[in-house]
Amino acid sequence: MNLTLLMYLIPSLIMFGCGVYGFITRKNMIAIMISLELMLNSVDINFVVFNRFLFPGQLEGMFFTLFAIALAAAETALALAIIINVFRIAKKVDINEINKLKF
Amino acid sequence: MESVGNIILYFVIALAIIVFSVLTVTTRRILRSATYLLFVLFATAIIYFQMDYEFLGAVQIAVYAGGIVVLFVFSILLTHRPGERADALTNHRKWIGLSAALLGVAVCGYSLFSYANFCSKTLASSNGLDIAQLGHFLLSTDKYGYLLPFEAISVLLLACIIGGVVIARRR
Repeated sequence: MNLTLLMYLIPSLIMFGCGVYGFITRKNMIAIMISLELMLNSVDINFVVFNRFLFPGQLEGMFFTLFAIALAAAETALALAIIINVFRIAKKVDINEINKLKF
Repeated sequence: MESVGNIILYFVIALAIIVFSVLTVTTRRILRSATYLLFVLFATAIIYFQMDYEFLGAVQIAVYAGGIVVLFVFSILLTHRPGERADALTNHRKWIGLSAALLGVAVCGYSLFSYANFCSKTLASSNGLDIAQLGHFLLSTDKYGYLLPFEAISVLLLACIIGGVVIARRR
């Protein structure tokens, strides 16, 4: 039995599906960020696996993943700062109950 | 032909990724959700180690598991009472989410299986990754050099630091 490219893509596909489901159904802003991390992570796996299986001598996919990890860290830090600030003002983090900017 | 240990490791990782990513989005306690996310990120790091990209696996553990999950746990503890449970989902919302996710997975899965011969490539042997070579690529301006994205990322991180300070400052 051999490990093929497809066998690594299927868990990553399921991870992405879970991320989409959580992003749509969750109401808590932090839970939405966690779903977003799941999606970003599955894309990172895809980059690495395609690079390793199809172009083993090159490093493009690996560099993309490195930069994507840095971007994800920056984005999460800023988003969590905004969420904590919103909580300080509105005392809640549910997207349904925060409507000060809406009207 | 792969070694038996590699195949067993693969199945453990695949099972962990699938189970924990489903649990991450279905559990109603937010702190547990962050913990399951941590397990998913560790399993991803093990995939990187299995692909012989040790540096990337180390970065994944250091930045994701060490940085981002800690940030998540801190902000959860700052904004929630311990043991608080989210409200049960309304049926309407649940069906929208399920149909969007399943539709996406079905389309991608169909396209994956229709390229079966391309997807049945096996792992070619690699002579390992030289960290010095990686550093040269990162700071070179040649054809496969990444100096411009590297500098752009550093400017982005500076902007992120300033933005974080401005947002979190007490007025």
